[in-house]
Amino acid sequence: MKSRLPVLVAFISGALMILAFFGRGTVVDAVSDRALTWQTIVGGFSLLLGAVSIARVHWKKVATKHEDRLYSLCLLICFIVMGGSGVINGIGSGTLFDTLFQRIQAPMMSTMFSVLAFFIASAAYRAFRARSVSSAILLVAAVLVMLGRIPMGQYIYHGLPSWADWIMTVPSMAVQRGILIGAALGAASMSLRIILGIERTYLGRG
Amino acid sequence: MPEWYSHPFFLLLPTAFFTLAIFSFLYKDNPMFKLAEHVFAGLSAGYYFGLIWQSVIRQQVWMPLTQDGQWSVLIPGVLGLLMFARFFPRIGWTTRLPLAFVIGSTAGIMFIQQLHGMVLPQVGRTLLPLDSLRNILIIVGVLTTLIYFYFSKPHTGTLGWIASVGIGFIMVAFGAHFGYTVMARVSLLIGRVQFLLVDWLGVAR
Repeated sequence: MKSRLPVLVAFISGALMILAFFGRGTVVDAVSDRALTWQTIVGGFSLLLGAVSIARVHWKKVATKHEDRLYSLCLLICFIVMGGSGVINGIGSGTLFDTLFQRIQAPMMSTMFSVLAFFIASAAYRAFRARSVSSAILLVAAVLVMLGRIPMGQYIYHGLPSWADWIMTVPSMAVQRGILIGAALGAASMSLRIILGIERTYLGRG
Repeated sequence: MPEWYSHPFFLLLPTAFFTLAIFSFLYKDNPMFKLAEHVFAGLSAGYYFGLIWQSVIRQQVWMPLTQDGQWSVLIPGVLGLLMFARFFPRIGWTTRLPLAFVIGSTAGIMFIQQLHGMVLPQVGRTLLPLDSLRNILIIVGVLTTLIYFYFSKPHTGTLGWIASVGIGFIMVAFGAHFGYTVMARVSLLIGRVQFLLVDWLGVAR
Protein backbone atom coordinates (compact mmCIF):
# COMPACT_ATOMS: atom_id res chain seq x y z
CA MET A 1 0.00 0.00 0.00
CA LYS A 2 2.72 2.46 1.01
CA SER A 3 4.64 2.04 -2.24
CA ARG A 4 2.10 0.43 -4.61
CA LEU A 5 -0.46 3.23 -4.31
CA PRO A 6 2.03 6.02 -5.20
CA VAL A 7 3.33 3.96 -8.16
CA LEU A 8 -0.27 3.51 -9.35
CA VAL A 9 -0.92 7.26 -8.98
CA ALA A 10 2.25 8.03 -10.99
CA PHE A 11 1.22 5.53 -13.68
CA ILE A 12 -2.33 6.88 -14.04
CA SER A 13 -1.31 10.55 -14.06
CA GLY A 14 1.60 9.94 -16.46
CA ALA A 15 -0.40 7.73 -18.84
CA LEU A 16 -3.23 10.30 -18.83
CA MET A 17 -0.86 13.04 -20.01
CA ILE A 18 0.47 10.83 -22.82
CA LEU A 19 -3.02 9.71 -23.91
CA ALA A 20 -4.22 13.33 -23.93
CA PHE A 21 -1.70 14.10 -26.68
CA PHE A 22 -3.27 11.48 -28.95
CA GLY A 23 -6.86 12.31 -28.00
CA ARG A 24 -7.15 16.06 -28.57
CA GLY A 25 -10.70 17.32 -27.94
CA THR A 26 -11.83 14.13 -26.21
CA VAL A 27 -12.73 13.41 -22.58
CA VAL A 28 -9.13 12.35 -21.91
CA ASP A 29 -7.97 15.78 -23.08
CA ALA A 30 -10.44 17.53 -20.74
CA VAL A 31 -9.38 15.35 -17.80
CA SER A 32 -5.70 15.98 -18.51
CA ASP A 33 -6.40 19.74 -18.62
CA ARG A 34 -7.91 19.47 -15.13
CA ALA A 35 -4.96 17.34 -14.01
CA LEU A 36 -2.57 20.03 -15.27
CA THR A 37 -4.30 22.65 -13.09
CA TRP A 38 -4.10 20.26 -10.15
CA GLN A 39 -0.42 19.70 -10.86
CA THR A 40 0.19 23.46 -10.66
CA ILE A 41 -1.59 23.57 -7.31
CA VAL A 42 0.23 20.56 -5.82
CA GLY A 43 3.53 21.85 -7.26
CA GLY A 44 2.83 25.20 -5.58
CA PHE A 45 2.40 23.45 -2.24
CA SER A 46 5.78 21.73 -2.76
CA LEU A 47 7.41 25.15 -3.17
CA LEU A 48 5.69 26.25 0.04
CA LEU A 49 7.09 23.15 1.70
CA GLY A 50 10.58 24.19 0.59
CA ALA A 51 10.14 27.68 2.05
CA VAL A 52 8.72 26.29 5.32
CA SER A 53 11.59 23.76 5.53
CA ILE A 54 14.17 26.57 5.30
CA ALA A 55 12.37 28.45 8.07
CA ARG A 56 12.17 25.25 10.16
CA VAL A 57 15.91 24.52 9.84
CA HIS A 58 16.83 28.06 10.89
CA TRP A 59 14.26 28.11 13.70
CA LYS A 60 15.98 25.00 15.10
CA LYS A 61 19.33 26.82 14.94
CA VAL A 62 17.86 29.74 16.90
CA ALA A 63 16.15 27.43 19.44
CA THR A 64 19.28 25.31 20.05
CA LYS A 65 21.45 28.46 20.35
CA HIS A 66 23.68 27.47 17.44
CA GLU A 67 26.75 29.71 16.94
CA ASP A 68 25.18 31.11 13.73
CA ARG A 69 21.81 31.81 15.42
CA LEU A 70 21.95 35.56 14.79
CA TYR A 71 22.24 35.02 11.04
CA SER A 72 19.41 32.49 11.23
CA LEU A 73 17.32 35.03 13.14
CA CYS A 74 17.94 37.58 10.35
CA LEU A 75 16.85 35.00 7.80
CA LEU A 76 13.66 34.27 9.75
CA ILE A 77 12.83 37.98 10.13
CA CYS A 78 13.32 38.52 6.38
CA PHE A 79 11.24 35.44 5.60
CA ILE A 80 8.39 36.57 7.87
CA VAL A 81 8.44 40.19 6.63
CA MET A 82 8.60 39.26 2.92
CA GLY A 83 6.23 36.27 3.08
CA GLY A 84 3.87 37.95 5.56
CA SER A 85 3.60 41.12 3.48
CA GLY A 86 2.87 39.00 0.41
CA VAL A 87 0.10 37.13 2.23
CA ILE A 88 -1.46 40.17 3.96
CA ASN A 89 -1.00 43.05 1.49
CA GLY A 90 -0.67 41.15 -1.78
CA ILE A 91 2.15 41.08 -4.33
CA GLY A 92 1.11 43.87 -6.72
CA SER A 93 3.29 46.85 -7.61
CA GLY A 94 3.70 49.41 -4.85
CA THR A 95 3.25 46.87 -2.05
CA LEU A 96 5.94 46.22 0.59
CA PHE A 97 6.48 42.82 -1.05
CA ASP A 98 7.21 44.47 -4.40
CA THR A 99 9.41 47.19 -2.85
CA LEU A 100 11.52 44.61 -0.99
CA PHE A 101 11.87 42.62 -4.19
CA GLN A 102 12.83 45.63 -6.35
CA ARG A 103 15.04 47.39 -3.82
CA ILE A 104 16.76 44.52 -2.01
CA GLN A 105 16.23 41.05 -3.48
CA ALA A 106 16.69 41.73 -7.22
CA PRO A 107 19.86 43.88 -6.76
CA MET A 108 21.29 41.24 -4.40
CA MET A 109 20.58 38.55 -6.96
CA SER A 110 22.39 40.40 -9.76
CA THR A 111 25.28 41.22 -7.38
CA MET A 112 25.59 37.52 -6.48
CA PHE A 113 25.80 36.65 -10.17
CA SER A 114 28.20 39.51 -10.93
CA VAL A 115 30.58 38.23 -8.21
CA LEU A 116 30.84 35.08 -10.32
CA ALA A 117 32.67 37.17 -12.97
CA PHE A 118 35.72 37.20 -10.67
CA PHE A 119 35.55 33.48 -9.98
CA ILE A 120 35.10 32.76 -13.69
CA ALA A 121 38.18 34.91 -14.38
CA SER A 122 40.27 32.89 -11.91
CA ALA A 123 38.89 29.62 -13.34
CA ALA A 124 39.75 30.88 -16.82
CA TYR A 125 43.34 31.51 -15.75
CA ARG A 126 43.64 27.83 -14.79
CA ALA A 127 41.63 26.40 -17.69
CA PHE A 128 42.99 28.58 -20.47
CA ARG A 129 46.60 27.46 -20.33
CA ALA A 130 46.94 25.85 -23.74
CA ARG A 131 48.54 22.62 -22.55
CA SER A 132 46.74 20.38 -25.03
CA VAL A 133 45.02 20.72 -28.40
CA SER A 134 41.58 20.56 -26.71
CA SER A 135 42.35 23.36 -24.24
CA ALA A 136 43.90 25.43 -27.06
CA ILE A 137 40.66 25.10 -29.07
CA LEU A 138 38.66 26.07 -25.96
CA LEU A 139 40.90 29.10 -25.41
CA VAL A 140 40.72 30.32 -29.02
CA ALA A 141 36.91 29.91 -29.19
CA ALA A 142 36.38 31.72 -25.88
CA VAL A 143 38.71 34.59 -26.76
CA LEU A 144 37.12 35.03 -30.20
CA VAL A 145 33.59 35.09 -28.74
CA MET A 146 34.58 37.50 -25.97
CA LEU A 147 36.41 39.88 -28.30
CA GLY A 148 33.68 39.60 -30.91
CA ARG A 149 31.07 40.80 -28.40
CA ILE A 150 32.80 44.01 -27.34
CA PRO A 151 33.49 47.22 -29.30
CA MET A 152 37.24 46.78 -28.78
CA GLY A 153 37.10 43.54 -30.81
CA GLN A 154 35.91 45.47 -33.83
CA TYR A 155 38.82 47.92 -33.45
CA ILE A 156 41.33 45.04 -33.33
CA TYR A 157 39.91 43.42 -36.45
CA HIS A 158 36.63 44.37 -38.13
CA GLY A 159 35.80 40.72 -38.96
CA LEU A 160 35.90 39.52 -35.32
CA PRO A 161 32.16 40.01 -34.61
CA SER A 162 31.23 37.90 -37.66
CA TRP A 163 33.74 35.23 -36.59
CA ALA A 164 32.12 35.15 -33.16
CA ASP A 165 28.68 34.88 -34.77
CA TRP A 166 29.89 32.02 -36.98
CA ILE A 167 31.23 30.13 -33.95
CA MET A 168 27.90 30.57 -32.15
CA THR A 169 25.71 29.60 -35.12
CA VAL A 170 27.68 26.70 -36.65
CA PRO A 171 29.95 24.54 -34.42
CA SER A 172 28.45 25.68 -31.11
CA MET A 173 24.89 25.22 -32.38
CA ALA A 174 25.74 21.76 -33.79
CA VAL A 175 27.10 20.63 -30.40
CA GLN A 176 24.12 22.13 -28.58
CA ARG A 177 21.84 20.23 -30.92
CA GLY A 178 23.70 16.96 -30.31
CA ILE A 179 23.56 17.46 -26.54
CA LEU A 180 19.86 18.43 -26.70
CA ILE A 181 18.96 15.32 -28.71
CA GLY A 182 20.90 13.08 -26.30
CA ALA A 183 19.45 14.73 -23.20
CA ALA A 184 15.91 14.65 -24.60
CA LEU A 185 16.17 10.94 -25.39
CA GLY A 186 17.47 10.37 -21.85
CA ALA A 187 14.64 12.42 -20.32
CA ALA A 188 12.03 10.56 -22.39
CA SER A 189 13.38 7.16 -21.35
CA MET A 190 13.53 8.25 -17.70
CA SER A 191 9.91 9.48 -17.96
CA LEU A 192 8.87 6.10 -19.30
CA ARG A 193 10.71 4.34 -16.47
CA ILE A 194 8.86 6.50 -13.91
CA ILE A 195 5.44 5.94 -15.50
CA LEU A 196 5.98 2.16 -15.71
CA GLY A 197 7.12 2.04 -12.08
CA ILE A 198 10.67 0.85 -12.87
CA GLU A 199 12.21 4.03 -11.47
CA ARG A 200 11.02 4.51 -7.87
CA THR A 201 13.81 6.50 -6.23
CA TYR A 202 11.46 9.48 -5.80
CA LEU A 203 9.56 7.41 -3.20
CA GLY A 204 12.55 7.50 -0.85
CA ARG A 205 13.22 4.75 1.65
CA GLY A 206 10.73 2.69 3.65
CA MET B 1 9.45 63.19 6.59
CA PRO B 2 12.79 65.06 6.77
CA GLU B 3 14.18 66.27 3.45
CA TRP B 4 17.54 64.49 3.73
CA TYR B 5 15.73 61.18 3.69
CA SER B 6 14.63 61.64 0.09
CA HIS B 7 18.25 62.05 -1.08
CA PRO B 8 19.31 59.09 -3.31
CA PHE B 9 22.21 58.37 -0.96
CA PHE B 10 19.85 57.53 1.91
CA LEU B 11 17.10 56.06 -0.28
CA LEU B 12 19.50 53.60 -1.88
CA LEU B 13 21.56 52.98 1.27
CA PRO B 14 20.10 49.50 2.02
CA THR B 15 20.62 48.36 -1.59
CA ALA B 16 24.18 49.74 -1.64
CA PHE B 17 24.93 48.21 1.77
CA PHE B 18 23.94 44.72 0.66
CA THR B 19 25.71 45.15 -2.70
CA LEU B 20 28.96 46.04 -0.90
CA ALA B 21 28.39 43.25 1.65
CA ILE B 22 28.22 40.68 -1.16
CA PHE B 23 31.26 42.15 -2.91
CA SER B 24 33.17 41.88 0.39
CA PHE B 25 33.29 38.10 -0.21
CA LEU B 26 35.92 38.79 -2.89
CA TYR B 27 38.30 39.59 0.00
CA LYS B 28 37.27 36.60 2.12
CA ASP B 29 34.25 35.07 3.87
CA ASN B 30 33.21 37.56 6.56
CA PRO B 31 30.25 38.41 8.84
CA MET B 32 28.89 41.09 6.47
CA PHE B 33 28.71 38.61 3.61
CA LYS B 34 27.12 35.99 5.86
CA LEU B 35 24.50 38.54 6.90
CA ALA B 36 23.78 39.42 3.26
CA GLU B 37 23.64 35.73 2.34
CA HIS B 38 21.07 35.00 5.06
CA VAL B 39 19.01 38.10 4.25
CA PHE B 40 18.96 37.02 0.60
CA ALA B 41 17.93 33.45 1.48
CA GLY B 42 15.19 34.72 3.83
CA LEU B 43 13.84 37.19 1.28
CA SER B 44 13.90 34.55 -1.48
CA ALA B 45 12.04 32.01 0.67
CA GLY B 46 9.54 34.72 1.68
CA TYR B 47 9.19 35.79 -1.95
CA TYR B 48 8.19 32.30 -3.06
CA PHE B 49 5.91 31.92 -0.04
CA GLY B 50 4.05 35.16 -0.84
CA LEU B 51 3.98 34.46 -4.58
CA ILE B 52 2.61 30.91 -4.21
CA TRP B 53 0.15 31.99 -1.54
CA GLN B 54 -1.37 34.65 -3.79
CA SER B 55 -1.10 33.02 -7.23
CA VAL B 56 -1.83 29.41 -6.33
CA ILE B 57 -3.52 28.99 -2.95
CA ARG B 58 -5.65 32.14 -3.11
CA GLN B 59 -6.37 32.31 -6.85
CA GLN B 60 -6.53 28.63 -7.76
CA VAL B 61 -7.86 27.04 -4.57
CA TRP B 62 -9.54 29.51 -2.19
CA MET B 63 -11.33 31.75 -4.71
CA PRO B 64 -12.72 28.95 -6.94
CA LEU B 65 -13.86 27.13 -3.79
CA THR B 66 -15.54 30.06 -2.01
CA GLN B 67 -16.75 32.14 -4.99
CA ASP B 68 -17.54 29.55 -7.69
CA GLY B 69 -18.27 26.56 -5.45
CA GLN B 70 -15.74 24.37 -7.30
CA TRP B 71 -15.40 21.59 -4.74
CA SER B 72 -13.06 19.63 -7.01
CA VAL B 73 -10.18 21.96 -6.11
CA LEU B 74 -10.27 20.35 -2.67
CA ILE B 75 -8.55 17.28 -4.20
CA PRO B 76 -5.31 19.05 -5.21
CA GLY B 77 -5.65 21.18 -2.05
CA VAL B 78 -5.65 18.09 0.15
CA LEU B 79 -2.90 16.47 -1.96
CA GLY B 80 -0.86 19.65 -1.50
CA LEU B 81 -1.40 19.61 2.27
CA LEU B 82 -0.21 15.99 2.30
CA MET B 83 3.20 17.36 1.24
CA PHE B 84 3.54 18.58 4.82
CA ALA B 85 2.84 15.09 6.22
CA ARG B 86 6.60 14.45 6.18
CA PHE B 87 6.80 16.48 9.39
CA PHE B 88 4.63 13.81 11.15
CA PRO B 89 6.39 10.40 11.13
CA ARG B 90 3.18 8.33 11.59
CA ILE B 91 1.58 9.61 8.39
CA GLY B 92 4.84 10.58 6.67
CA TRP B 93 4.41 8.02 3.87
CA THR B 94 1.29 9.83 2.57
CA THR B 95 3.58 12.57 1.26
CA ARG B 96 4.43 10.08 -1.53
CA LEU B 97 0.95 10.49 -3.03
CA PRO B 98 1.21 14.16 -4.08
CA LEU B 99 4.83 13.54 -5.02
CA ALA B 100 3.82 10.60 -7.23
CA PHE B 101 1.07 12.71 -8.82
CA VAL B 102 3.43 15.60 -9.63
CA ILE B 103 6.28 13.35 -10.79
CA GLY B 104 3.98 11.03 -12.77
CA SER B 105 2.17 13.84 -14.59
CA THR B 106 5.45 15.68 -15.21
CA ALA B 107 6.93 12.45 -16.63
CA GLY B 108 3.93 12.10 -18.96
CA ILE B 109 4.27 15.68 -20.16
CA MET B 110 8.04 15.36 -20.49
CA PHE B 111 7.79 12.15 -22.51
CA ILE B 112 5.70 13.82 -25.21
CA GLN B 113 7.44 17.19 -24.93
CA GLN B 114 10.95 15.76 -25.29
CA LEU B 115 10.15 13.46 -28.22
CA HIS B 116 7.66 15.65 -30.07
CA GLY B 117 9.02 19.08 -29.17
CA MET B 118 12.74 18.41 -28.94
CA VAL B 119 14.07 15.23 -30.61
CA LEU B 120 11.98 15.26 -33.81
CA PRO B 121 12.38 19.00 -34.62
CA GLN B 122 16.12 18.94 -33.81
CA VAL B 123 16.67 15.85 -35.96
CA GLY B 124 14.55 17.44 -38.70
CA ARG B 125 16.66 20.62 -38.67
CA THR B 126 19.83 18.54 -38.88
CA LEU B 127 18.74 16.68 -42.01
CA LEU B 128 20.21 19.34 -44.28
CA PRO B 129 21.35 19.10 -47.92
CA LEU B 130 25.10 18.64 -48.17
CA ASP B 131 25.50 21.67 -50.45
CA SER B 132 27.50 24.01 -48.25
CA LEU B 133 30.37 23.84 -45.75
CA ARG B 134 28.04 25.23 -43.09
CA ASN B 135 25.55 22.36 -43.52
CA ILE B 136 28.31 19.74 -43.62
CA LEU B 137 29.86 21.13 -40.42
CA ILE B 138 26.47 21.14 -38.65
CA ILE B 139 25.75 17.52 -39.60
CA VAL B 140 29.27 16.36 -38.68
CA GLY B 141 29.11 18.36 -35.42
CA VAL B 142 25.77 16.86 -34.33
CA LEU B 143 26.75 13.27 -35.23
CA THR B 144 30.23 13.36 -33.69
CA THR B 145 28.86 14.99 -30.50
CA LEU B 146 26.24 12.25 -30.19
CA ILE B 147 28.93 9.59 -30.78
CA TYR B 148 31.21 11.18 -28.18
CA PHE B 149 28.44 10.80 -25.58
CA TYR B 150 27.82 7.17 -26.57
CA PHE B 151 29.53 5.24 -23.80
CA SER B 152 28.17 1.73 -24.43
CA LYS B 153 31.28 0.86 -26.47
CA PRO B 154 34.91 1.80 -25.70
CA HIS B 155 36.15 4.78 -27.71
CA THR B 156 38.81 2.90 -29.70
CA GLY B 157 39.52 2.51 -33.41
CA THR B 158 37.11 4.28 -35.77
CA LEU B 159 34.70 5.12 -32.94
CA GLY B 160 37.57 6.70 -30.99
CA TRP B 161 38.64 8.74 -34.02
CA ILE B 162 35.06 10.00 -34.58
CA ALA B 163 34.73 10.75 -30.86
CA SER B 164 37.96 12.79 -30.96
CA VAL B 165 36.47 14.91 -33.78
CA GLY B 166 33.44 15.30 -31.47
CA ILE B 167 35.73 16.53 -28.67
CA GLY B 168 37.04 19.21 -31.03
CA PHE B 169 33.51 20.45 -31.73
CA ILE B 170 32.57 20.22 -28.05
CA MET B 171 35.63 22.27 -27.04
CA VAL B 172 34.69 25.01 -29.52
CA ALA B 173 31.13 25.05 -28.14
CA PHE B 174 32.25 25.03 -24.48
CA GLY B 175 34.79 27.77 -25.17
CA ALA B 176 32.13 29.86 -26.91
CA HIS B 177 29.69 29.35 -24.05
CA PHE B 178 32.37 30.13 -21.51
CA GLY B 179 33.14 33.38 -23.32
CA TYR B 180 29.45 34.18 -23.53
CA THR B 181 28.94 33.51 -19.81
CA VAL B 182 31.94 35.68 -18.90
CA MET B 183 30.49 38.53 -20.95
CA ALA B 184 27.08 38.15 -19.28
CA ARG B 185 28.60 38.16 -15.77
CA VAL B 186 30.85 41.13 -16.58
CA SER B 187 27.87 43.11 -17.88
CA LEU B 188 26.07 42.37 -14.57
CA LEU B 189 29.18 43.55 -12.72
CA ILE B 190 29.26 46.75 -14.78
CA GLY B 191 25.59 47.27 -13.87
CA ARG B 192 26.32 46.94 -10.14
CA VAL B 193 29.37 49.23 -10.29
CA GLN B 194 27.27 51.78 -12.23
CA PHE B 195 24.62 51.55 -9.52
CA LEU B 196 27.21 52.28 -6.81
CA LEU B 197 29.05 55.09 -8.62
CA VAL B 198 26.25 56.72 -10.61
CA ASP B 199 22.93 56.03 -8.86
CA TRP B 200 24.10 55.87 -5.26
CA LEU B 201 27.18 58.08 -4.85
CA GLY B 202 26.61 60.24 -7.94
CA VAL B 203 30.37 60.54 -8.55
CA ALA B 204 30.21 59.40 -12.18
CA ARG B 205 27.91 59.87 -15.13
